[in-house]
Amino acid sequence: MAVITFREALRQALDEEMARDEKVILLGEEVAQYNGAYKVSQGLLEKYGSLRVIDTPISEEGFTGLGVGAALAGLRPVVEWMTLNFSLQAVDQVYNNAAKMLYMSGGQLNVPIVFRGPNGPAEFLGSQHSQALQSLYCHCPGLKVMAPSTPADAKGMLKTAIRDDNPVIFLEAELMYGWKGEVPETEHLIPFGKADIKKTGKSVTIAGFSKPVKMILEAADLLEKDGIEAEVIDLRSLRPLDEETIYQSVRKTNRCVVVDEAWPYASVGSHVAWLISRNCFDYLDAPVELVTLEDVPMPYNHHLELSAQPSVKKVIDAVKRATYTM
Amino acid sequence: MADKILMLALSPTMETGTIAHWNKHEGDNVSSGDVLCEVETDKATMDYESTVEGKLIKIVAQEGSSVKVGDLIAIAGKDGEDVTSLLTKPVASKREKEKNVSEPVKKKEGEYEMPHEQRQDGRRIKVSPLAREIATRNGVDLNRIEGSGPQGRIVKNDVEQAIEQKSTPVSSLAPALIAGGGESRKIPLTEKRKAIARRLSESMFTAPHYYMTVSVGVDTLLDARKKVNAHRESKISMNAFLIKLLAEVLRKHPAMLSSWNGDSIVQYGSVDIAIAVAQKDGLITPVIRNCESKGILAIDIELKELVTKARGNKLLPEEYTGCSFTISNLGSYGIRQFTAIINPPASAILAVGEIFKEVVFDENDEEMARSTMLLTLSCDHRVIDGAVAALFAADLKTCMEDPMAVLL
Repeated sequence: MAVITFREALRQALDEEMARDEKVILLGEEVAQYNGAYKVSQGLLEKYGSLRVIDTPISEEGFTGLGVGAALAGLRPVVEWMTLNFSLQAVDQVYNNAAKMLYMSGGQLNVPIVFRGPNGPAEFLGSQHSQALQSLYCHCPGLKVMAPSTPADAKGMLKTAIRDDNPVIFLEAELMYGWKGEVPETEHLIPFGKADIKKTGKSVTIAGFSKPVKMILEAADLLEKDGIEAEVIDLRSLRPLDEETIYQSVRKTNRCVVVDEAWPYASVGSHVAWLISRNCFDYLDAPVELVTLEDVPMPYNHHLELSAQPSVKKVIDAVKRATYTM
Repeated sequence: MADKILMLALSPTMETGTIAHWNKHEGDNVSSGDVLCEVETDKATMDYESTVEGKLIKIVAQEGSSVKVGDLIAIAGKDGEDVTSLLTKPVASKREKEKNVSEPVKKKEGEYEMPHEQRQDGRRIKVSPLAREIATRNGVDLNRIEGSGPQGRIVKNDVEQAIEQKSTPVSSLAPALIAGGGESRKIPLTEKRKAIARRLSESMFTAPHYYMTVSVGVDTLLDARKKVNAHRESKISMNAFLIKLLAEVLRKHPAMLSSWNGDSIVQYGSVDIAIAVAQKDGLITPVIRNCESKGILAIDIELKELVTKARGNKLLPEEYTGCSFTISNLGSYGIRQFTAIINPPASAILAVGEIFKEVVFDENDEEMARSTMLLTLSCDHRVIDGAVAALFAADLKTCMEDPMAVLL
């Protein structure tokens, strides 16, 4: 298997799907002439032309709505948001049009569209550009949400998202675009609602998704030296969620730590923790622990910025609380 | 409408009760407050007072039968009422069942037991859902387990260890019992025997015991007792003197009046001394409260009352629970010295041996005869360190050898 970066994996997915289906188009700020703010769409304008790779004005609500309209009219748009922070401008189009049309038309109008872009804290970006907004999009029925953590998953999941007949929010991260990993060269599709067990273990389950998965695996390696065998689950499909894989694991390990780099209140992490408490109650030997971003706007000071986020140490501490080995 | 009469929890730890005797019979009129029957609980035989009025139509639990708390023992109602529907066990909804079980915990007016599980000293049992599930599956009594989790929470590991401890000795002993000659017989456990076994095992296996013996010359004390009793019809017992002196010394050593409480130590404000009393079918420890503020005579009278009640199995729960120190005196059996198991929630127990004559050397190295008593103290090392107990023991020796010192 070839070792490529996360951004190259995304580009391969876009390229393969655009080649396979001429209805697939890409639009967003600087996706065409500049080859993408994070170079995901490099070379696509040249290959598919300006009718299918479209630079838009700086108006998220405008081009997101344009994408929804194009989807209703029969195309399969991929809308790139330069960051999920900017998508807050476009939430009305996502919530009230993309997510509602199928329901409100009594099943007549599908909206086959993918909204993708970097989400969550990077570094030195301040409060307004460091937000992890998965909770917002997972909250709304009618949306599917995917959050891969490896180049292989990024490719396989983006291809699945593009082929789906309903709106999908596809979460990436600035700091992940350069990550490298093996990606299959053959046709590679990862279905919705299928979590990935990254590491098996029997002492504790650690569940997370997107960028923090790498950090969780580092924590799991350190814990192993202390004799704590963590089972690491990459949730990767946040909605629909692979509940059964989580429950099977927790019923085996009897303890669980959920990691989410968003704020804790009403988050994907807190929802998963509730599901576990609800469905694995008689199997739990300790309360479910939650490791999240601190419940504050992201500080700009770099020390504070790092200490506000989940870390290897915070994950290890939570595991030790859950396993009574503090 | 006929009323079901259910088995009530007549002691804080009771799970089942045995009907010792029906005072009322089928057809008798009962009014609220009448004693319906006597129930043998895990601790004592208690009167079951009626909370219903009417005629006792049907006795369901006969004398000698063992009944779970919350189960039907009799039915009362109007004369001639048809109660067959109450006798066939309807499939009660879960909610009704819960209601039936929670009703009996109503004790005196205004006094309710907490709805959650409690330890015998009143602490709530904290347990993880998984640990509870494993304990239930394996028949492990959570009351016997000290939790290792936060705030004493019982977790999976604690229950698994308890199961291991439970299973090892049984498997190794069983073949030996079968192999031996003679005829063995199996004696069913009474509620009291189960309670003794559980409480003392819990104490022995959770509290790290250590022991120290002090030799006390008691001639002065014996003389004093002789003089006091010379003109009395009812003689004051040696135990009453011992309890009073002990109370005075304990007052100066409050650390001896403590309980291990998982995440803290509870130090008691009063000297409540329990004394072990043998019964035909076991033993019980009635408690003399506030010994520090009672005279020898008052202690003696109370002691005699409690011992009589204890031998007749008539102690009320509040008369045998919640001590801060315990005495066990086997001197009258000719036992010179022994060690005793701590009686929770107290953290120390004094084992009192017989009074015997021995030859000792006085301050001039002259031989002299002396009446001596050996006192052996057992302490819970989690709460009381050796030096603390030793200071107490030394002080006790001084006070017993020179009772006047107590007045200082």
